[in-house]
Amino acid sequence: MPKVKPRVKSVKDLAELRKRLRSSAKNFKSKLTICGGTGCHASRSQDVIDAVKKELKKRKLEKSVRVRVTGCHGFCEQGPLMILEPGNIFYCGLKPEDAGEIIAETILKGEVIERLLYTDPVTSNKVQTEAEIPFYRAQDRQLLAQNRHVDPCSIEDYIAIGGYSALAKTLAEFSPEKVIEEVKISGLRGRGGGGFPTARKWAECRSAPGEEKYVICNADEGDPGAYMDRSILEGNPHLVIEGMMIGAWAIGARQGYVYVRNEYPLAVKHARIAIQQAREYGLLGDDILGGGFSFDMEICRGGGAFVCGESTALMASLEGKVGEPRPKDVHTVTDGLWHKPTTLNNVETWANVSPIISNGAAWFAGKGTRGSKGTKIFALTGRVKNTGLVEVAMGTPLRTIVFDIGGGAINGRAVKAVQTGGPSGGCLPLDRLDLPVDFDALYDAGSMVGSGGIVVMDEKTCMVDVAKYFLAFLQDESCGKCVPCRLGIDRMLEIVTDITEGRGRPEQIDLLKELADTVASASLCGLGKTAPNPVLSTLRYFPEEYEAHINEKRCPAGVCRELIEYEIDAEKCNGCGACRRACPHDAIKGKKKEAHVINSRKCQKCGICLSGCKFDSIIVT
Amino acid sequence: MSVLTLESILKGRRSQPHQLIEVLHDVQERYRYIPEEDMRIVSRELGVPLIEVYRVANFYKAFSLKPLGRNVITICTGTACHVRGSNLLSNQVLGQLGISPGDTTEDGQFTLEQVNCLGACALGPVVVLNGTYYKHMTPSKLRSLINSVNEKGIEDTDDAKSKTKGKKRQRSC
Repeated sequence: MPKVKPRVKSVKDLAELRKRLRSSAKNFKSKLTICGGTGCHASRSQDVIDAVKKELKKRKLEKSVRVRVTGCHGFCEQGPLMILEPGNIFYCGLKPEDAGEIIAETILKGEVIERLLYTDPVTSNKVQTEAEIPFYRAQDRQLLAQNRHVDPCSIEDYIAIGGYSALAKTLAEFSPEKVIEEVKISGLRGRGGGGFPTARKWAECRSAPGEEKYVICNADEGDPGAYMDRSILEGNPHLVIEGMMIGAWAIGARQGYVYVRNEYPLAVKHARIAIQQAREYGLLGDDILGGGFSFDMEICRGGGAFVCGESTALMASLEGKVGEPRPKDVHTVTDGLWHKPTTLNNVETWANVSPIISNGAAWFAGKGTRGSKGTKIFALTGRVKNTGLVEVAMGTPLRTIVFDIGGGAINGRAVKAVQTGGPSGGCLPLDRLDLPVDFDALYDAGSMVGSGGIVVMDEKTCMVDVAKYFLAFLQDESCGKCVPCRLGIDRMLEIVTDITEGRGRPEQIDLLKELADTVASASLCGLGKTAPNPVLSTLRYFPEEYEAHINEKRCPAGVCRELIEYEIDAEKCNGCGACRRACPHDAIKGKKKEAHVINSRKCQKCGICLSGCKFDSIIVT
Repeated sequence: MSVLTLESILKGRRSQPHQLIEVLHDVQERYRYIPEEDMRIVSRELGVPLIEVYRVANFYKAFSLKPLGRNVITICTGTACHVRGSNLLSNQVLGQLGISPGDTTEDGQFTLEQVNCLGACALGPVVVLNGTYYKHMTPSKLRSLINSVNEKGIEDTDDAKSKTKGKKRQRSC
């Protein structure tokens, strides 16, 4: 690659650059794509990358084999992942020791190493390509699939696969009104959770009075259990930048901001590099592609406050202030950042923009349901076999996601519930899993698409505990500005805690519902308005669990500490001592090869012994 | 010394109140907490009242007003990690080191932090030790991890620190 980047001054320049990049890519005989997303990173993919590079150097193959480290491929559970071309061979669960064999066998001889292939859990057959893996087969990966073709730190990769052509098309052929019209026809709704029609937001912002306008990308993804925004920004930052540029052209903004979580250091780094590269090519700055459009952007790190996902709080934070929301009597599209008209969309929404322009609105509108178009990325986590990122067309039944793609619950247990939408969403029982994932259908069922987290729960999950978990999270994250949220969530948590600790009274259920209604209707911002959802949905679908806690002082899932006792089954215990060594409270006694005993006075019921026992001899009663 | 390094952080950001959070992030990265003296300088240089600097530093979870220990253990308590038993992990640390989230051991060796989601949900429960991610954490794995740091720490803490720092993987671009 040339050290000094040629400035791309026109649409023609861009096309020529793309042609050049594509022909230079042909110099490589084979390609090795390794996932470097956060998930695979945690599985030590960097060691694999280092080993592969070392091996290639040793064999003097650096010039003929391209190693491309990319963003997340989605199948995090099986990481580190590698795709080899030619052949499109998919290897998973790699170790640094495998590097030599991969180069010797697959790269040089073209032979597939069976042991590194994925094993279909149903048929026990080894499968060779991504497309044959059940996890990928049922998906419709429009955005995520791009990750494997681009090194996030290389704008050249992005340009080579057609990047910035949507921007070129926009500047050359589309008026701002036409862009908004196209997005309107596509039916794109905000992927941040609210599902607000994107085109309407843009149109309102465009017509708002004032010369100075802003576009913001919300990459603050504070929802515990969701990480698709991180994966897009980390894996394909230019897709987001391009979307923001098209949006800025449509509303008439010259400045953009990416507000990104500080807990996502790789996303911060990659977005910074991407902006720098785009500037060097002249794709950000003055007179972009000779189309008379000037735009630049900045990265701002968040401070780790969930409430900053709320638009007004986010804007306050961008201004360097405490992230407290304000009443939205006047919408941020007219009175936003520094009181100027501002369009705020989340990462996934911006990422959808350039494919809509490139492929046409009809292509996007052709996927999904009547009210929710296109595809949506979900983070499938919890007690499910195939955890990872899942992209499906809107309207796909939850059951398909959890069972066909996710492979059902772990350890052969039964799935009890699915929690969607994070702290703003709700828990749905098994019999509601035929619901299509669609903004309206989930909302009607008392849950929501929200940020796109899907957490699978089995019989070992206590639904009252889940409600308590979310309330504790929200109590901690409430900014405290308005009374209903500050005190309401606090009281709700107090009641739910009473229930989980055996002090619950039947009449508290009604009080809980009343409080939930008040918090939902009187809170200032989205955090408070949706805070009661986890409680209301568990009360609606799992009343028997609340009743067992209140009336029988029993936790059916064996989770709530005050209501359970730990015991060792003397018949099953062979005295291996694993539990005794694991117990941080010194509550387990017993001689070697003799059944152990738990001292109930010392036992803190933390359950650590349970996680260490291989013989199922610890019982929760 | 501290003024000199602050100088580079403040460069190009003076009299720009909106840069407050970014400046605080850099101060935090450099000193691993936000010293009071620096807050005063930041207040003066950015033109933000000291009370506001304090309020912001106090409001956001990313900032610490107390010095951190030499090793920072971060436990993710996101929903996915929670349903897979991340609460056991903070219990393990409490049992082993006697500290709760937000605390630092008396010898300054460890700080325990909790974060609501690290975005590596598929691998839960996740623990981060000095920037390195550890997936599918169990109390016993965590115990050996703490022990391994502790052993290094007894030999030579500074050495151990540089070793763990060296381990922190950065993506090569």
